[in-house]
Amino acid sequence: MYAYIARRLLATLPVMAVVGIAVFMLLHLTPGDPAVVIAGDYARPEDIDKIRERLGLNEPLHVQFFSWVGAVLSGDLGTSIFSNLPVAKLIGQRLEPTLALAIATIIFAILVAVPMGVIAAWKAGTLTDRVIMVFAVLGFSVPVFVIGYAMMWLFSITLGWFPVQGYKPIGDGFWPFLRSITLPTVALGIIYVALIARITRASMLEVLTEDYMRTARAKGLDNNALLIRHALRNASVPIVTIIGIGIALLIGGVVVTESVFNIPGLGRLTIDAVLRRDYPIIQGVILIFSGAYVIVNLAIDLSYTVLDPRIRY
Amino acid sequence: MADAPQAAAFPGEFEDEGPRPGAWTRFRAYSRRHPTVVVGGGILVLMAVAALAAPWIAPDPLRLNPINRLKPPGEAFWFGADFLGRDVYARTVYGGQISLMVGLAVAAISTVIGLSFGLVAGYVRWVDAIVMRIMDGLMAIPGVLLAIALISLAGASIVNVIIAITIPEIPRVVRLVRAVVLTVREQPYVEAAVSVGTRLPKILLKHILPNTLAPLIVQATYVCASAVVIEAILSFLGAGTPPEIPSWGNIMAEGRTYFQFAPWMIFFPGIFLAVTVLAVNILGDGLRDSLDPRIARRM
Repeated sequence: MYAYIARRLLATLPVMAVVGIAVFMLLHLTPGDPAVVIAGDYARPEDIDKIRERLGLNEPLHVQFFSWVGAVLSGDLGTSIFSNLPVAKLIGQRLEPTLALAIATIIFAILVAVPMGVIAAWKAGTLTDRVIMVFAVLGFSVPVFVIGYAMMWLFSITLGWFPVQGYKPIGDGFWPFLRSITLPTVALGIIYVALIARITRASMLEVLTEDYMRTARAKGLDNNALLIRHALRNASVPIVTIIGIGIALLIGGVVVTESVFNIPGLGRLTIDAVLRRDYPIIQGVILIFSGAYVIVNLAIDLSYTVLDPRIRY
Repeated sequence: MADAPQAAAFPGEFEDEGPRPGAWTRFRAYSRRHPTVVVGGGILVLMAVAALAAPWIAPDPLRLNPINRLKPPGEAFWFGADFLGRDVYARTVYGGQISLMVGLAVAAISTVIGLSFGLVAGYVRWVDAIVMRIMDGLMAIPGVLLAIALISLAGASIVNVIIAITIPEIPRVVRLVRAVVLTVREQPYVEAAVSVGTRLPKILLKHILPNTLAPLIVQATYVCASAVVIEAILSFLGAGTPPEIPSWGNIMAEGRTYFQFAPWMIFFPGIFLAVTVLAVNILGDGLRDSLDPRIARRM
C-alpha cells in the first residue's frame, strides 16, 4: 500500500508540471507582445518597457520559466500590475469567502445528493425514482446564474427571507454568515447535487443486485442497515470519485456565483483582474485552483484504500 | 440507428413481416422507444429555426428606443425592453444564433481534435504516455478559468470564444476515445488485420474509428451543452462575446444592475438558455440509450 501511495504522489508531479507550463505559456502563446497586451490600449511606449522589465520578458524563455517556477515554489506568485501588491497576499485576503462557499456547497451537495441517489436506487422504476431523476437532469441543465437569479428574486426580493447580495464573514457571527451564504450555496450546489445523485443511484443499483445483498436480507437485516452499511459502503468508490471530479465544476461555478451574489472572493478577484489585464493575478488564481483540484483528487485516490479494502495496488 | 439497420444486417430474419415499413411508421416506433431523443431534438430544431429566422420574426435587436426604456413585458414588447429601450424579445431570439453556433462549433472542433489524439494515443504506446500526461494536466485547470484567461489575453471575439472553450473540452474527448481504442485493439479482428500486414493508418481508420463513433456522438452532445453554458458564463462575466453582440450572457450581464425592478432582462434569456441546455442534455441521454444499450444500463 505504501508503494501505491508513493506512486500516486509521484504521479501528481507531471500533472502539476503540465499545469505550470500551461499557466506560464498562456502569457506567451497569445499573439503579439504580452507586455503590449497587458499595458492596454492607451499605454505609452515607456509603460510597455516598464512592464516588460518588471515581468522579465527580456530574458530568454527558459530562463523566465525556471525563475518563475522557482519563485512559485517559494510562495511568490508575483506582483499585481494594478495595485503593486504581492499576488499571494491578494489571494490570501480573498480566500475566506471562496473557501467558505466551496466547503458549504460540498457539504450541502453530499447531504442532499447521496440520500436522493440511495432512495432513487431503492425505489428504482417508481414515481419517486422518476421525480428524482428528472430533477437530476434539470439541475444539471439550468446554469448556476439562472438558478441564482431566480432564487434571489423569489427568496430575497419577493419574500425578503435573505439578503439580496453581499457576504458576511463567519467572524461577524454564525447567523448572519449563514443567511448570506445560504442562497449562493444552494444555487452553486444544485448542479453538483444532480451529478452526485445520478452517480449514487447508478452505483447503488449495481450493488443492490449483488449476491451478498440477498444474503444480508435473508439474514433479516432491516432496510437501513442493508442500504447504508452494506450497499452504500460498497457503492462509495464511484460516488467519492465523482465528488472529486466535480470539484472542477464547482470551481468554475464559484467564479460565477460570486459575481451574481456580490461575494468578494477569489472569483471576483479574477474577474476584476481580467478587466484590468492584471495578468500575474490571473496566473496565480489559476495555479491555486488547479493545485486545489489536484490535491483533492489525490486525497480521494488515497481514500480508496480505506473505503474499499479490496483495492490494493 | 439501433432499429432500422437490423433488417439489413440479418437478411431473411424479418421476412414474414412483409415489406419494410415506411419512414413515418419507423419514426413513430423509434420515438415511442426513445421519446427523449425526439423531444430534445425537437426543441433544438425549434430553437435553431427561431434563431435562423430571427430577421423575419423579430424586430431590430439593436434599435434604441429611449422612451420605452425598462418597459415591462406587454403587447408592444413581449419580453419587455432593456435599459436602452431595446426589445428583449428580439435580442433573445438573435442571441440564440450565438449560443447555437458556439455550441455546434465547439462540439465539432473538440470532437475532431480529440478523436485524432485519442486514436493515436490509444494505439501507439509512446504517444499515449506523452499525450495523456498533457491531458491530465489540462484537466486539472478549471475550464472556465482557462477560457477566461485565454480570452482576456487574445481579446473578445466569437472566434476566440470558440477556441477558448474548445481547449478545455478536448481532454474529455481524448480520454473517451482512448478508452474505447484500448478495448477494441485487443479484439481478434484487429489482430487479424495486423497479422495480414495492414498499415497503421488503415487499422485506425477502418477498424477502430467506427467503434468510437457511438460514444463520441453522445459525448459531443454533452460538450455542446457545456459549451453553450460556458459561452453564456463568459459573456455574463464580461470576458466573452463582445458586448455589442446580443448573446444570452451579454443580455443577462446588462440586466444585472436593473435586476431588482426589471428582472425580465435576466429571466427571458435565462429561460432560453436553460431550455436549450436541457434539450441538448436529454437528447444526449436519449442517444446514449439508443446507440449503446450497454452504457444505458450502467448509468
